[in-house]
Amino acid sequence: MIVIKNISKSYSDTRALKNISLRVNRGELFGLIGPDGAGKTSLMRILTTLILPDSGKAKMDGLDVVSDFKKIRQIVGYMPGRFSLYQDLSVEENLNFFATVFGTTVEENYDLIRDIYYQIEPFKTRRAGKLSGGMKQKLALSCALIHKPKILILDEPTTGVDAVSRKEFWDMLKKLQTKEITILVSTPYMDEATLCDRVALVQNGQVLDVDSPTRITEKFPRKIIRVRSDETYRLINDLRAYEKAESVFAFGQFVHFVGINDEVETSELDMYLEKRNHKNILAEEIQPGIEDVFMNMQSNI
Amino acid sequence: MENDKIITVQNLVKKFGSFTANDNLTFDVYRGEIFGFLGANGAGKTTALRILCGLSSPTSGEVKVAGFDIYRETEKIKKNIGYMSQKFSLYEDLTVSENIQFYAGIYGISPKKRKEKEALLLQKLEMTGARHKLIAGLPLGWKQKLAFSVAVFHDPKIVFLDEPTGGVDPVTRRKFWDLIYEVASNGITVFVTTHYMDEAEYCDRVSIMDAGKIEALDSPANLKKTYNAKNMDEVFIQIAR
Amino acid sequence: MKQLKSFIKKEFYHIFRDPRTMLILFGIPIAQLLIFGTVIKSEIKDVHIAIFDQAKDETTMQITNKLLSSGYFILDENLSNTAGIEDIFRKGKVKEVVVFENNFEEKLTREGTAAVQLIADASDPNMARLVTSYTTGIINDYIRKLNPNLQIPLQIEPQVRMYFNEEMKSAYLFVPGTMALILMLISAMMTSISITREKELGTMEILLVSPLRPSQIIIGKVLPYLMLSVINAFVIVLIGHFVFGVPVTGSFILLMLETILFILMALCLGILISTVAKSQMVAMFISMVALMLPTIILSGFIFPIENMPKVLQLLSHIMPARWFIAIIRGIMLKGTGLLFVWKETLILVGMTLIFIAVSVKKFKIRLE
Repeated sequence: MIVIKNISKSYSDTRALKNISLRVNRGELFGLIGPDGAGKTSLMRILTTLILPDSGKAKMDGLDVVSDFKKIRQIVGYMPGRFSLYQDLSVEENLNFFATVFGTTVEENYDLIRDIYYQIEPFKTRRAGKLSGGMKQKLALSCALIHKPKILILDEPTTGVDAVSRKEFWDMLKKLQTKEITILVSTPYMDEATLCDRVALVQNGQVLDVDSPTRITEKFPRKIIRVRSDETYRLINDLRAYEKAESVFAFGQFVHFVGINDEVETSELDMYLEKRNHKNILAEEIQPGIEDVFMNMQSNI
Repeated sequence: MENDKIITVQNLVKKFGSFTANDNLTFDVYRGEIFGFLGANGAGKTTALRILCGLSSPTSGEVKVAGFDIYRETEKIKKNIGYMSQKFSLYEDLTVSENIQFYAGIYGISPKKRKEKEALLLQKLEMTGARHKLIAGLPLGWKQKLAFSVAVFHDPKIVFLDEPTGGVDPVTRRKFWDLIYEVASNGITVFVTTHYMDEAEYCDRVSIMDAGKIEALDSPANLKKTYNAKNMDEVFIQIAR
Repeated sequence: MKQLKSFIKKEFYHIFRDPRTMLILFGIPIAQLLIFGTVIKSEIKDVHIAIFDQAKDETTMQITNKLLSSGYFILDENLSNTAGIEDIFRKGKVKEVVVFENNFEEKLTREGTAAVQLIADASDPNMARLVTSYTTGIINDYIRKLNPNLQIPLQIEPQVRMYFNEEMKSAYLFVPGTMALILMLISAMMTSISITREKELGTMEILLVSPLRPSQIIIGKVLPYLMLSVINAFVIVLIGHFVFGVPVTGSFILLMLETILFILMALCLGILISTVAKSQMVAMFISMVALMLPTIILSGFIFPIENMPKVLQLLSHIMPARWFIAIIRGIMLKGTGLLFVWKETLILVGMTLIFIAVSVKKFKIRLE
């Protein structure tokens, strides 16, 4: 559905995208995972025909993003990173405006947005600027969907939104997927990767890996040990001081430890930490998460 | 224990017209602790944070920050706290060194002392080479680390961090937390808001706000036990839903 | 068409919901008009003069009376020689000395010519010019009434402009000028700001990704402001008429049509500005500096174009306001018809077309 071939893009002194190639299948929920400045926004703007690539080709539903930009603008729904609706217009007015702009009416495609819109409908006369973060997001999604796009492109829809609203948002995306909309979504939150069908890990304008979240973590070659004790900060410092440590980072209540090789055993760490007077030590081998993979790839660049 | 309370809040109420942003908050924060302040968007976190920083007055209630009264001694409070937010941190059109000079000047640090500390700080952040570079040209991760270091440059008793790690990659985020741990181990109290639930786990204690009220306050481990949850994410969702 | 209609509706919502926009649109023009009306005075009142009357006959007495009863002048002293004139000026109070020659009346009736010398304190040239032309006007007036057939070659020539503004009422000059200035500023500034605001908010991104055509966006932005600016122009003409007594001698419909043309030109200029400016601040700044100052200085609004250095005179040709002011002065004060202002009108039409073409071309269908 989306084909990206050798796309590069530079701004005056930075290379935002370095020869990126990707494929998104029809009906897929595809995630671009990476931190700010990774090039996610640039790539999405190229796909939505807002900017031109320096080199390379990209097609959306068979349409070229450069020459067929007018046709693409009919079939794509786009939600930019910032809240981009009219703050001084009410919920209803925003929705009606975008409906007519896309040459349709709210009634015509109400089916599609019903699940999302009914939650904010009680506030339809309220100005968009006065909505809470979660409601703004729902309104923006409704507006992006109002013309029944074939492809939905969402640029960091969950940034700065609380955990509850984020969860609701992903539930909505899952539902939309069943209505045969291809969704490309970017996020800086690694934990959201597991909610996508496939993800691309991007960093510094490059794709580190593309695969399903489970495959990405399965492929991960290194052994990860999670460690816990009563004093997290001292634990991190002590583990870093350990001669066989390669990387030591806090992960929630645990510390993830990767050794210089995979020979490092949990019992070894137990002993080492006990010697340093740590209490309630727990060290166990675990399956890596997306974030482990990402961090490992990042440090290998 | 009483002496170790660096922030005490009793029956704090803040109203905007008929809207109650903070509904009878009561909590204490202890010296040297990393205190996580969580809540959904619009739950009243920012309002409470502003009151604690002396930027706005509560409608009623008793609040003491670093031993000073929030109504009468805001100037003294401001001298004893540091503040960093995701939105405003450093002047983009000044260099690293100029920003440090500026903040040192605000808090009345002598030039001699500033130079010593500046050199040490830049060495620690591995930014000595970037001393005379404009902030605008630095990577986001560097900016955040520098902004944090500047916020604690005057050795405040408490540092308030308002979503300090938004948008950075996981490695940088963790390096940032290393800095937080370090500062806390030096006895500075860290008061932090975040949307990353795994970061909530790094805190010594966490409070979760919903609709203007504090619904839960405990260590992450105890919270997970109480709510019978695998991780803080689940705790949060149970409370805020 | 439906898209356009909803776009315009949305635009009106923005305007009516933002008190600042409303203030800029309607408050500022009226305030500006009233301020200009009272501050820029090219009218004089109670100016101190001295008279050195060597003739002291019937005619000079009558002229003196006429001068003093006009309300413009106050007699400070009667001089008996010319020696003290410089000293009088140095004191600063007296702005003009009127000197009648010997045997004024006799010469006037016998030879048909008599000399009156007007000496003005030119340290304030504008004032000096005003004072002398007022005096000339009054003397001429007197003599013409005395004997309509008489040709009096006085030493000072009356200014041409005075034929149409006999009392030199400043309101007659500043109302057209202010109208040009206000319409230019409001129209150009408001459109450029409202477009850059969409860029700043990020809504432009969504509009660009939608099937809206650039021309629809431009028309959608121009039309609401065109309507409001016409109302504005109407209000200015009304205030000019009822508060400052400026007549509309010519066709009112023609006046309004020309005004719409000028507004359209300014709106397109605003769009052009918005294609360059990235933020509302920049848009406002460009509108102010690039439009307001030249409009005030180079359009003939305050400083007569004929008195400018050649380079500036040439420059004034590209000031749309210059042509517009010429047109409305013609219509309002002289009562001329299209026959006399077709050239200026054509120039404005040309400018408008150029701006439209350039803005449509430059209006970006993408973000960069």
